[in-house]
Amino acid sequence: MSEEVTAEILQTHILDLAAEGRRLDGRGPDEYRAATIEPGFVVTADGSALVRLGETIALAGIKLEPGKPFPDTPNAGVLTTNAELIPLSSPTFEPGPPQPGAIEVSRVVDRAIRAAEMIDLTKLCVTPGEKSWVCYVDIHILGHDGNLIDAAMLAAVSALSGATVPAKRFEVGEADYPLEVHHVPIECTFVRLGETIVVDPTFDEEHAAQGRITVATDEAGRVVAMQKGLVGAFSPDDVKAVVRRAFVHGDRLRSQVGGGRR
Amino acid sequence: MGSVGAKEVPVLLNAEGLRIDGRRLDELRPLQIRAGPLRQADGSAFVEWGQNKVMAAVYGPREVHPRHLQQSTKAVIQCKYNMAAFSVDERKRPGLDRRSQEISKVIAEALESVVFAEEFPRTSIDVYIEVLQANAGTRCAGVVAASVALADAGIPMVDLLPAVAVGKVAGAIALDLKKEEDNFGEADLPMALVPQSGRLVLLQMEGHMTEPELARALDLGVTGCRAIYEKMKAALRERYSVGPIPEGAA
Repeated sequence: MSEEVTAEILQTHILDLAAEGRRLDGRGPDEYRAATIEPGFVVTADGSALVRLGETIALAGIKLEPGKPFPDTPNAGVLTTNAELIPLSSPTFEPGPPQPGAIEVSRVVDRAIRAAEMIDLTKLCVTPGEKSWVCYVDIHILGHDGNLIDAAMLAAVSALSGATVPAKRFEVGEADYPLEVHHVPIECTFVRLGETIVVDPTFDEEHAAQGRITVATDEAGRVVAMQKGLVGAFSPDDVKAVVRRAFVHGDRLRSQVGGGRR
Repeated sequence: MGSVGAKEVPVLLNAEGLRIDGRRLDELRPLQIRAGPLRQADGSAFVEWGQNKVMAAVYGPREVHPRHLQQSTKAVIQCKYNMAAFSVDERKRPGLDRRSQEISKVIAEALESVVFAEEFPRTSIDVYIEVLQANAGTRCAGVVAASVALADAGIPMVDLLPAVAVGKVAGAIALDLKKEEDNFGEADLPMALVPQSGRLVLLQMEGHMTEPELARALDLGVTGCRAIYEKMKAALRERYSVGPIPEGAA
């Protein structure tokens, strides 16, 4: 990580701009980068989506396989979320076991999917205690220009929203059927730049940031997950304000989420 | 939290508005903090909080391992949060799992937000948090223990870091969840406060809350943190207070 240095002069510039409510790429503090979602990007997956958030690119692929339920939840399927910050997307990512940054992305995305009850896991149970579907959500970060959590989440929910349960392929049922989706959680991330809190940070803004905060909301008007990250602090009033902003961005992004069915 | 296939849900809030262990909604579990219980560490603290038992030790500032993590302008703060295999009902497989790694990361970031790391360039301040007995809220107990241990080690900081989890239990916003409330409640929101600035340096949330509920939870958590802060200061005072000077000793 030691090479991971945004020149100090750039950081100072970013902070100076933010103090005037401006940003390096010309956006306002509450302006989100254009998000594009390409559902069904990978035909070998049971559901997939490629998401672009400016130069940040996240690809999520869903795979469902029959497996065994966990002993403590015999009536439910299994959901596994994994994010890979693969070395091709940034000079600072290294091969090997997942680093804390990647683990944080996976866990924050996973937490929002579970807390929002996006998928009814009991419907993924085939025979209680014996057989159930294991739903793998694998997210690859292909390009890193900041805000990996939001991009990963958009990719994951888009891919899940259009996923197919391959019942026929695994001889569990007569025909494949669409995975049922109950809620659509969306993450919205902010960073503090001085006293300005900006949405959807870029890579350079994240390096200049004094604290990051992510809020996941769903279409039912609920906050389902939050995560503060990086070194820095937010007042309770800051948190309340970003929650409000997260609902607005969440609703807009949610309308973009399409099916990822091939 | 929406635990699928879970066992029977206990009564979390009775008709009098009291919780499963008889507490009111805004009441903390009994909390005891001891500063400096370990001799070998540069700083340490032991926290007994409800049925949690958490030990924290601080080593450093010292040489950075692995070397490449060294920073020329400040100390790196490395945190290892670990749960003992016997700390939970079903034996936890020893070693770092993803949950522990995430918690270690957010705690390290919270601590770095208050430590004057630039005072110790090219060094490491290593914080070890060992959960010996767990009953919900271990990361908050870990933050409390770690921050008292840092103070015990004489590391300069902006302030101590009180922490507590607030949650939603049977539809009500409650302070300092215990295990049953965490397992069967609707939301869990751990936080750590810098009392001096009134800002939060650790904040996570899982479950569901409306916007007004969330606002109430934040306010309740801040109040809780301020009460915990007093106990942290008292623990440090107790450790470093000297008895009355015997007459004629001067």
